[in-house]
Amino acid sequence: MDREKGFVDKLKIYLLFAGPTTFIFFTVIILPFLFGIYLTFTNWNGISSNHSFIGIKNYLEVFKDKAFFNSFLLTLKYVFFTVTLTNVIAFLLASILTSGVKGQNFFRSGFFTPNLIGGVLLGYIWQFVFSNVLVYLGKTFEIPILSSSWLSDPNKAFWTLVIVGVWQYSGYMMIIYIAGLMNVPKDILEAASIDGAGNFRRMINITLPMLVPSFTVCIFLSLQRTFMVYDVNLALTKGGPFKSTELISMTVYNKAFLSQDYGVGQAQAFFLFLIVAVVTLIQVYFSKKMEVEA
Amino acid sequence: MKKNILSLIKTIIVGIILVLYVFPFVLVLINSFKNRVDIVSNPLNLPKTYNLGNYIDAYTKMNYSHAFMNSLIVTVFSVIAIVINSSMTAYILVRKKWKFNKIMFFIFVASMIIPFQGIMIPLVNIYGSLGMLNSKWTLIYMYIGFGVALAVFMYHGFIKSIPVELEEAAMIDGCSIMQTFWQIVFPLLKPTTMTIAILDVLWIWNDFLLPSLILVEAKERTLPLSTYYFYGTYTVNYGLAMAGLILTIVPVILFYLFTQKHIINGVLQGSIK
Repeated sequence: MDREKGFVDKLKIYLLFAGPTTFIFFTVIILPFLFGIYLTFTNWNGISSNHSFIGIKNYLEVFKDKAFFNSFLLTLKYVFFTVTLTNVIAFLLASILTSGVKGQNFFRSGFFTPNLIGGVLLGYIWQFVFSNVLVYLGKTFEIPILSSSWLSDPNKAFWTLVIVGVWQYSGYMMIIYIAGLMNVPKDILEAASIDGAGNFRRMINITLPMLVPSFTVCIFLSLQRTFMVYDVNLALTKGGPFKSTELISMTVYNKAFLSQDYGVGQAQAFFLFLIVAVVTLIQVYFSKKMEVEA
Repeated sequence: MKKNILSLIKTIIVGIILVLYVFPFVLVLINSFKNRVDIVSNPLNLPKTYNLGNYIDAYTKMNYSHAFMNSLIVTVFSVIAIVINSSMTAYILVRKKWKFNKIMFFIFVASMIIPFQGIMIPLVNIYGSLGMLNSKWTLIYMYIGFGVALAVFMYHGFIKSIPVELEEAAMIDGCSIMQTFWQIVFPLLKPTTMTIAILDVLWIWNDFLLPSLILVEAKERTLPLSTYYFYGTYTVNYGLAMAGLILTIVPVILFYLFTQKHIINGVLQGSIK
């Protein structure tokens, strides 16, 4: 296929096919990324035309900033609960749905629905549920835990975020688990039953090990999404009450665009990027090691 | 017999869970027909009358038709541009085994680990100082930038599996490389194109953070943005706010009813890659 010998010929072909893509990709992703690294070493406020080089001061600020640290811990807590619950619920739904329930496709489409709708809308829908419907139920039936809005209590407001996150993502992960469960070879399962393995044994010794690739994908996707969540946070709690539910994306956003502190904001964003990259790479590395062949 | 009863019990259990899942949508729907007093006194009641007053009000106050058109333009143009550009790029990266192409492919794949939040600040700085914010064409340009890496990666995987002989035959018959790509290769890529189109439509149609940074003026707002500002203004007027939410949800649900098989399949293909 390589008929183009000269450099000019090669360049022509490349530019013809990949020129626009390469240009747009570099101007939207690579240049801002590099410029972002530069920004973290300056004290620019976004408006003034002159800014100076201040070394690693922004990074020191990030580590000294208590509010940022709290928001980071809160995000870790949120990620832990949401990822665990999402995957447990998604897996349970998938295993019930693949064990001979009628109307499997109907259920599958139904559970997936929240994923079609943007986070801002999902946040508003649940804001109404938490601040009106549940409070109404709590007052009418005298259920103390529901009688005041969860959104105005710093502890419960955190759990509203987890509930909405799990509700939103579990349908998506369920689809991946269903596909995984349907791919477990029937003959191996039958052979195991003939050898006397019960349902539980087959689940532990055959189905789960065969499903490791699905777990890898689902945990990776849910980690990535929960670390970066912003829309639902904004629409559901706005970070309140008293900043008690401000997840890290919102902190970065506020630092850069509300306090106009671009250098520190970008240093925080960069820190976040490194954490997410490390966590997801470690996760993928270990799950890949656990995969087995049929 | 025992098996039938067991499967019936399971169906009932997932049925109940599904009802809980969709209940929030039902609540929004029934309250969108009521006025504020009725909602506060009992948000679970069915509406006494189904009047569309809230809807008509929300439609005009959200500037719905305008926002809908903006969303449609941004989504359609971005997705078409992503498909065209990344399929051509992936083709050249697979078929020409130059060292440079290998480096480029590596850069595309590696860039996927950068989250949006990692570049949003410099992105706004750079395009702001060029005076390019506040235009939906800038937004489309950025969606192409954010979308091509994954699309190139997916096309790359698929094109690798296509035997090259067909293309060689076409070239011998006098097709240029451009004709060969569009007439022979691109039609073969249809399954991947569907997957990419579905993933990108869902992403771009619902995206909030990027447009909220780029589109500041009211006349350029997309549907998620106008819902955001609308809800913020009318939060206390529940009925009106609920009608606004339903107006934004309905087009997506209608689209889903007709394409659900493709969407679920597309999501599955996209996440396995």
